Amino acid sequence: MTFWAICLIVLKIGVVVGVSQGAVAYLILVERKVAAYAQDRIGPNRAGPFGLLQPLADGAKMILKEDVIPSYVDKPLYILAPAIAIIAAMIGFAVVPFGPVGATAPDFLDGSRIDFQIAPGIDIGILYVFAIGSLGVYGVVLAGWASNNKYSFLGGIRSSAQLISYEIPLGMSILGMVLLTGSLDLNSIINWQDSHVWGIVVQPIGFLLFLISGFAETNRLPFDLPESEQELVGGFHTEYSAMKFGMFFLGEYLHVITVSYLIVILFFGGWDIPFLLDQTQTGWFWAFMKASVMLGKVGMLVFFIMWVRWTLPRFRYDTLMELAWKSLIPLAIVNFIATAAIVQLVYS
Amino acid sequence: MRLDDPNLKRVSPPKLSWVENLYLKQIVQGLIVTGKHMAGVAFFGTEITVQYPEMQHIPSANYRGVHRLNKDDQGRVRCVACMLCATACPAHCIDIVAGTAPDSWPDREKYPESFVIDELRCIYCGMCEEACPVEAIELTGLYDLTGLSREQMIFDKTKLLSVFDLTKDAEPMRYNKPPVGTPSTEVVSLHS
Repeated sequence: MTFWAICLIVLKIGVVVGVSQGAVAYLILVERKVAAYAQDRIGPNRAGPFGLLQPLADGAKMILKEDVIPSYVDKPLYILAPAIAIIAAMIGFAVVPFGPVGATAPDFLDGSRIDFQIAPGIDIGILYVFAIGSLGVYGVVLAGWASNNKYSFLGGIRSSAQLISYEIPLGMSILGMVLLTGSLDLNSIINWQDSHVWGIVVQPIGFLLFLISGFAETNRLPFDLPESEQELVGGFHTEYSAMKFGMFFLGEYLHVITVSYLIVILFFGGWDIPFLLDQTQTGWFWAFMKASVMLGKVGMLVFFIMWVRWTLPRFRYDTLMELAWKSLIPLAIVNFIATAAIVQLVYS
Repeated sequence: MRLDDPNLKRVSPPKLSWVENLYLKQIVQGLIVTGKHMAGVAFFGTEITVQYPEMQHIPSANYRGVHRLNKDDQGRVRCVACMLCATACPAHCIDIVAGTAPDSWPDREKYPESFVIDELRCIYCGMCEEACPVEAIELTGLYDLTGLSREQMIFDKTKLLSVFDLTKDAEPMRYNKPPVGTPSTEVVSLHS
């Protein structure tokens, strides 16, 4: 690998990290606005025009606040937990294609391609994202354990049980798409959808399962049992303050972005718009078009996730487990077998 | 209440069919409800927020805010220093010093030489207003009651009478008919 190729990758990492962190800051503003609008309020509108400087004020507040570390916590784990939460959420972006990758990617000055992906050409993209996603649960579990506090600990327990349960339908719901496209590479999945149809058309049940499990994986309402402000006083992050608390939030919103990207890639055709964008278009203009289309789709999904948050109440713990084990997993198995049978009959 | 009481009405949860158990329809209905609210605020200005310093909330007609001491049509204080309000007050926040009324006031024997209400002790229950036989003390709709010190929040007679001057056009006397053509309540700032 040449020096310039490494520079390019470092640059891409910088752009992705910077953009996603900035996006998270503004997602928190959007979340507050959506919450306000759903409740017939106006929401933050004092810091800057339309409250657009609110994320900066929030960030400054997080950094300037006193960082309290209670004397009774398990200090190394206590400090490690938010770091794990945010790192696990960040490195998932390594294989997410943000735009065209491969043959359709635009050319750099010296003729080499610039892929809109930090680590292009990884053929186990989905597996990697899922593996990293389940690492994220360590942040929550360790935070609950290290806080040495009953409520935090309960939050941690709930989180581990919930995330382990929902990993299964999450993983099985995509098997249908993997069977159809014949690849685990996120980019090949997009290309298949471009040349055939969007995943949601051929895998509606898979989409629904993935969406529900995705909500559970990101700890978003109606599955935010690890936090449950009312019963657990904030759950795993009760003992955290200042930027350590903020890092959990950053991690959660980064997870939301990752899951939204995955849903778009797997079921909404990635950058694809039928009859407008396809794999034959190359060059910078189309590359940016595709990246923005994808970003727009992700934005809409993130909005939908927030919309659901302010609509549905939280699950009770037993109904949560029931939903995963008694409904989602059997449905995922049925969906998988049916898809496998159809693929076998049609393609052979 | 006994458990085998025949009058006891027992409620059992409704049996849900297979489709109802999916809750998909209910979720979509819920999303429509919140969606309507969001669209209403975003495009039709249906928000109920009152942006306080710039806009003033108009309290309901029976709101109980700062007190005022009413004046009669000759500009004299209506209070006859009967102490009924101070007696009725559950928070003991009213302090009246009665004096013999001047000879030029033939309609009464006493008048308040000093009339002090500690607005910090007051619980705004309105008992003073109910107790008053001459409709001299009333609670107005003014709610933005602030002060920089405890002393500022102890309202004396002059201050209470000035509250009447502030609100006399905006608010009707409680037990009289409202003046024709005036809204029942209107916000007048204490600080203006």
